[in-house]
Amino acid sequence: MNIPRGQVTAVMGPSGTGKTTLLRLITRQARPVSGSIRVAGFDLASLNRDQLYVLRRRMGMLFQNGALLTDLNVFENVAFPLREHTTLPERLIRQLVLTKLQAVGLRGAIDLMPAELSGGMSRRVALARAIVMDPEIMIYDEPFVGLDPISMGVILRLIRRLNDTLGLTSIVVSHDVQEISSVADAVYLLSGGTVVAHGTPAEMRASQSEIVHQFMDGLADGPVPFHYPAPDYFAELLSRDTPT
Amino acid sequence: MIGLKRLWATLIDNIARLGDITRFLLRLLIATPAALVRFDLVLEQVYNAGVLSLIIVMLSGLFVGMVLGLQGFQLLQRFGSEEALGTATAIGLVKELGPVVTALLFAGRAGTALASEIGLMRATDQLSAMEMMAVDPVRRVVVPRFLGGVIAMPLLAAIFSMIGLYGAQLIGVQLMGIDSGSFWSQMRGGVALADVNQGIVKSLIFGVACSLIAVYEGYNASPTAEGVGRATTRTVVTSAVMTLFLDYLITAMFL
Repeated sequence: MNIPRGQVTAVMGPSGTGKTTLLRLITRQARPVSGSIRVAGFDLASLNRDQLYVLRRRMGMLFQNGALLTDLNVFENVAFPLREHTTLPERLIRQLVLTKLQAVGLRGAIDLMPAELSGGMSRRVALARAIVMDPEIMIYDEPFVGLDPISMGVILRLIRRLNDTLGLTSIVVSHDVQEISSVADAVYLLSGGTVVAHGTPAEMRASQSEIVHQFMDGLADGPVPFHYPAPDYFAELLSRDTPT
Repeated sequence: MIGLKRLWATLIDNIARLGDITRFLLRLLIATPAALVRFDLVLEQVYNAGVLSLIIVMLSGLFVGMVLGLQGFQLLQRFGSEEALGTATAIGLVKELGPVVTALLFAGRAGTALASEIGLMRATDQLSAMEMMAVDPVRRVVVPRFLGGVIAMPLLAAIFSMIGLYGAQLIGVQLMGIDSGSFWSQMRGGVALADVNQGIVKSLIFGVACSLIAVYEGYNASPTAEGVGRATTRTVVTSAVMTLFLDYLITAMFL
């Protein structure tokens, strides 16, 4: 796989195919058994902990559930990386946090606690936190899961707008084919732990590949079977054996 | 044969776990100097583990002291030496009951809170998010909580013993009519500095053990509701057994 700089790259595929594992590998939350991963020119396997942390400061990641720190309010959550990594004066920290919260439309929610936020708001606060250190690479893990259409549209537009205005490189893991295809520059389709197709969203839609067709059109059966492998249905129904 | 094999597997498993806990302790100790730079975080945890446990520790101390007063008075009365009640309760509280009961209470209140809090942070990806923000969760989350527990334990044990002595005095002096002067003066004469030191050493070691077990179980909890529940239970059980085991070891060493 090659993720081009400055673009929004979508990684799609059926559940359990290894998309989140791929993100964990790219951020070295997990180590590959074989092969190598280079991020911003660095071979991840060769980095020690300090070097990895220096590289991670150039990355931002939006987790599936936002992963906000539940004992801190919205302001302190967004300010968290600044307080940990810089010695900026309080006034400047406040201005930076307000700027990022304004970008995600939640400047007014500054005093709320994470428990008081909706799913969409949590993710937007988490997005503000992820970009507060001005990263070069943004990684989104299933950013639309459980969101209503309005929140989904907001996050979708933010992904594109932040990528273009901040000059980011974005990697988005998602199931939502239509939505993510509308903002992605390139798409990688994974199945069974390998890349089965890649190209622009238009190329993917025009693809004759059965698996691409099944996934892009959301067909229940195809190369990715609907049924989990099991013994013959009728034989099992007629069997006298009781399940253990 | 199968029973033996299972026993052997459990033994190996526990030895491996002990090794893992030791490595975790070393990791905490290495991260301690960096964590001490943000001492406000440690103080916050002293408050969480110590101040928030005060009520339960003080109440328990009072009742334990009162029971010691009743039982001690009844026993000493048989030999006509009721005035020695102060010494007997003081030695019992300072050397044994203070550190041990405080550690058991600490495991039940602060230990479970620590384990479940860190376990939930793991389950909700908060620790992973910190990792991704290039913040070491061991330094930022685990070490302050560990140090908070270690600092809070001797203070809680001292308060427990002090309130316990007041409880014994309530029973012995106020209720049973022992002379107040002889109660306190016998105590002052009978309790040596070495006895107090033994209590302090015990509570410090219990503080390290109980806090370590709580943060270790929480940090290594499976990221599920069941996993966090299991980590909390293991924290209480392991801390209680370890406290009593260490108590025996330290007592034997001091003799």
